[in-house]
Amino acid sequence: MSLRSRIAVLAIAFAAVVAGGFFVVVHYLLGPTPQTVDFTAGHASGQPVNMTIMTDPVNDVSGTPDWVSYFVQSPQTGQWMHSTTWQLPAHTRINVTAYEFDTCDPLRNQYWGKVTGTVGDVMQVSGEAAGVNGTVSVVNSNTTCGVAHTFTVPGLGLNVPFEGVLYTASNQCTHGPCAMSTTHTVTKFSFVTPGPGSYRWQCFIPCGLATDDGNGHAMSTLGFMTGFLQVVA
Amino acid sequence: MAIEIQPERLQEPGGREPSDLPRTRPWWARPAVHTGLLGAVIGYLFGHWLGNFIGGGYRQAVLGDQNDLAIVLGYVFGTIGWLAGLGIFNDLGRFLAGKPFPEVTHEPAGGLARYFRFTLDHKVVGIQYLVGMIIYFLTGGLFAMAIRTELLSPTSHVLGPGVYLEVVGEHGTMMMMMMSSVVLGPFGQYLAPLMIGSKRMAFPRLEALGFWLTPAAFVILLSAVLWGGFPTGWTGYADLSVQATQGMDAYLVAFGLMGISMILAGFNIIATIICYRAPGMRWSRLPIFVWSMFTVSFLQVLAAPVLVAGFYMTITDRTVQTAFFTPDLGGSTYLYEDLFWFFGHPEVYILALPGFGIVSEILPVFCRRPLFGYKVGAAGMFGVAILSFFVWQHHLFDSGIDPDMRPLFMLTTELISIPTGFIYLTAMGTFWKAKIRLTVPMLFALGMYFNFLIGGISGVFLSDVPADTTAHGSFFVMAHFHYTIMGGLMFAFMAGLYYWLPKMTGIRLNERLGKIQFWTMFIFFNSTFLPLFALGNMGMPRRVFEYARNLQTLNDWVSVSAFCLGGSILIFLINVVWSTVIARVPETGNPWNSRGLEWQVSSPPPPENFARIPVVLSGPYEYGVKNAPPVADLNPPPGLIASALASSGTEA
Amino acid sequence: MAAATEAGAAAGRPEPRHGVRIAVIWLVLAVAADLVIWFVWGPHMPPGNMSTSAADQQFDFNVLSVIAAPVMLAVFIYFGYALTMWRQRPGDEEDGPGHLRGEARVQAAWIIVTSAIVLGLAGFGTYELIAPAGAGAGEGPQPIWKPAGVNTSSLTSWVPNTKNILQVQVIAQQWLFTYRYPQFGGMETTQLELPVGQPVEFHVTSLDVIHSFWAIQLGVKADANPFLDNVAYTTPEHTGGFTVRCDELCGIWHGAMYNYGSVVPVTAFQSWVKATETRLAALTKTLPPFALVYTPNEISGLAKFYYQAGLPGAGGQYYGPQDPEQP
Repeated sequence: MSLRSRIAVLAIAFAAVVAGGFFVVVHYLLGPTPQTVDFTAGHASGQPVNMTIMTDPVNDVSGTPDWVSYFVQSPQTGQWMHSTTWQLPAHTRINVTAYEFDTCDPLRNQYWGKVTGTVGDVMQVSGEAAGVNGTVSVVNSNTTCGVAHTFTVPGLGLNVPFEGVLYTASNQCTHGPCAMSTTHTVTKFSFVTPGPGSYRWQCFIPCGLATDDGNGHAMSTLGFMTGFLQVVA
Repeated sequence: MAIEIQPERLQEPGGREPSDLPRTRPWWARPAVHTGLLGAVIGYLFGHWLGNFIGGGYRQAVLGDQNDLAIVLGYVFGTIGWLAGLGIFNDLGRFLAGKPFPEVTHEPAGGLARYFRFTLDHKVVGIQYLVGMIIYFLTGGLFAMAIRTELLSPTSHVLGPGVYLEVVGEHGTMMMMMMSSVVLGPFGQYLAPLMIGSKRMAFPRLEALGFWLTPAAFVILLSAVLWGGFPTGWTGYADLSVQATQGMDAYLVAFGLMGISMILAGFNIIATIICYRAPGMRWSRLPIFVWSMFTVSFLQVLAAPVLVAGFYMTITDRTVQTAFFTPDLGGSTYLYEDLFWFFGHPEVYILALPGFGIVSEILPVFCRRPLFGYKVGAAGMFGVAILSFFVWQHHLFDSGIDPDMRPLFMLTTELISIPTGFIYLTAMGTFWKAKIRLTVPMLFALGMYFNFLIGGISGVFLSDVPADTTAHGSFFVMAHFHYTIMGGLMFAFMAGLYYWLPKMTGIRLNERLGKIQFWTMFIFFNSTFLPLFALGNMGMPRRVFEYARNLQTLNDWVSVSAFCLGGSILIFLINVVWSTVIARVPETGNPWNSRGLEWQVSSPPPPENFARIPVVLSGPYEYGVKNAPPVADLNPPPGLIASALASSGTEA
Repeated sequence: MAAATEAGAAAGRPEPRHGVRIAVIWLVLAVAADLVIWFVWGPHMPPGNMSTSAADQQFDFNVLSVIAAPVMLAVFIYFGYALTMWRQRPGDEEDGPGHLRGEARVQAAWIIVTSAIVLGLAGFGTYELIAPAGAGAGEGPQPIWKPAGVNTSSLTSWVPNTKNILQVQVIAQQWLFTYRYPQFGGMETTQLELPVGQPVEFHVTSLDVIHSFWAIQLGVKADANPFLDNVAYTTPEHTGGFTVRCDELCGIWHGAMYNYGSVVPVTAFQSWVKATETRLAALTKTLPPFALVYTPNEISGLAKFYYQAGLPGAGGQYYGPQDPEQP
């Protein structure tokens, strides 16, 4: 083959490798885009929206099955969806029911034991596994079975610590998404969404096992312990 | 100083006559990239198994879903397998077994297969580096386009926060890590022997090894996206680096490999320049580009080991629970910061000094005047290199270091701008009453001076601690280093490429496309990075995917300019591919009429560079000097060197 | 032919005095630029003058710009002049002049002038760092440049206009800042309010990785390191809002780690702080005692619940050094 045709063959082969590499990289970069669970479809304005979420010690539905994760109940089908991006209507009262299946931990910063940003700045806790029941405004995670996870939305000033299940409780959840028959606590609270915007939320209990300071893994990955509230008009 | 007398006839091992046809195997039977890939795969699998065997039982590995030790050892053995497959250790094996091995440091002309092999010919290694560096640059540039796409809006997110950090880290590391050899590789390795009148490099095997480490580092760095990337940016600060997931291991190993590559390349260049200069090539006649390669090599040899050490410590922190940088276990995050920046500051001069060398080399040719202040320019490069080891704490002014140290480092950082300014002294002096020809290389050199001035002066702003309190960690710093590194080094790289490609390949790049590329690149580069100074001071930190609403207009302007800048780089790519693959306009002589020694041989040079070692008669910048002797005598009488050495009493 | 005309022309007209021309152009443009920078742009230069440290930084930026502009203009004007006057005419294949006289003097002058400018700037910068109490930069745990006139710091109370400096601890954690006021019972809040005209001592620390506290309009920047107390000073001079952003990459939400603070009149501050102290009393009881650094991975001695329960594993020891699974 002449020099030119050899160069041309090489150039084409090279371009093919480059294109392949490009698509592989883009696939891995853009692949894990979170799916959004939509609470605005069919929502009549002025009516409150009910949202049910849960936090499980294992998730079993992802490539990392033993990571702690949030789940949300789809308003359309009632199935538990593995998503942390939730679309909510603006200027609406959201009534949240949160099931907590994970065991309790002390808070790294006790500040996050205070309920803020909800209606009345309180939450309602029930479930025999919980440390403190009833209307709770501050959880002291040093003196009681403390907090398992928090639901904190910095942009809304919202912080709700979910009380966790005692270590010694029987019938703990070992398979995600957790079944209601396993031991859990129930936390109810309400908050009002502001105008349209994208508000991030995260948890303040480091539960990324085996990462330094515990804030790696699930804590740093969308779809597990952190996500977005997409508030739309 | 030893000058090796090359035998005048080629001696094949085994006593065969050189007139016999060399016995070679077909290209697919000789070790090359394809055997290297095979070796890499085998090595990776072995290393991964070994890591699981050693550390698979640690509770940390079980709980964390990852065995960092397996990944690190996989990468390390994969690289060793890659190198072994390429045949890099073959000569060592022959040496240890007592067998003869070839010391032929030039490839015969012709053929493409040699570019995919381990070769001892520095010219082939130079071309390999050139293609590699262009690929790495374009890859990093694609990541930059992704960054600017995300920054178009502060509220709607194309990539999301985690992916954005991955992309930022890949862009920064690809550029800072891979491009540290962007000039020393293609131009230094190719031209240094030609410029000093040598037929070869001192350590050709180290040189080739240094090159073949770079594709391994590139692939390992890119593979980080398979694990979800690394969240620390190119600086890799502890404690976040210990907290991060598997992608961090890819970054650490890749950057460590590039550090080793830099050390090897540095050794080679230093030994070559000291020992292989032709007779008459005094230090005072050395081209300024060679001075820049020389000083940069010292920086590489002295600074890169600290980097490799720091990364090695981070790897052990992540894999075997040492506590260098983990505060909970008694380590110190400051230790990492100091180790990193002790390398990191010389690193930016490793990037900048070769740029100075290229533009100072090009200027006299297109001004037709001697280089003004040559000695001051060379001294300036040494001054920058030495001082660069004394300024690193200026990256840590706000970190809580001993406050007494800050005036000291402010002083040293301000002082380093004096030798840096010497390149402007030499440029302005060379311009005086010159005859300036605005060819494409000259345009890029002028662009480099323009951009580097803005970048360098903004560095003076940053060295002032109160001003740094606002600007540190913000887009002001981004603008500063993009102006110095991209505006300085990359424009110089383009200048060098347009100037030296005829020398290296005998083909010229299209001048029209070159001028279009220059003007678009210059205009869009400035329109992209100039507003970043304002953005930084107005409160936009680095590496953020969200910013204040009132900064959106400026960010959108910057993003659109960046896309246009990407377009101009595309023009560059089209020019390179068109000119070297399709048009192939020959340019075999001395098109720029340069006095450089490298231009006195044919383009491309003959396989052994010079038929006979030349005797250098005068400096390369004696344009317009009356009665200046020619730069060298390429055909000295045979036996001249031997008799000169004998008469001076030196052992031949 | 061309050579003859050239020689004739050269004989007729003297060589223009390039140096003088360049110097005159430069002088005019440099003075104009400096005036615009100092008087028009200067008052609007970031970070503004909301506090003493911000005003000091703004002054530094203005001075540096006023010196940088003539330097840059000198180089650009020279380059422009050279490219205009000394271009090679088409058809002219000759080289330029070789070595010219006076080269050594030009080099010496350049070295002396640049050294003088640079050393002057170093001295200026040092003065501007020391004089205004460290210029808002983090000084580490043993600060040496403090505001004049305040030399005590009591942790139990604070009244304005005394020698006792207002202390605010900035706790950085992944991924939000919280603020503790030790002089008001050690209450912790996500709101940062400061009284106008009163010096403030920030103690910045982190509970996990490296962050950086950047109060943009206040001109304060101090890295938050775990197990380290980084002190920075400022005195807010005007009321208004300011933004606090994290300035050191700390993980996925680094870009979203920001909040807003405000500088309010002294009386407003005092009533706010009292009201907040009361409102957060229940929470403050659960917080660990105020300390300059925290050991967040050790379960506090208060957490007897966990010790009594003998809880094993990461949950119980909470990522402490005794935990074989950590870090």
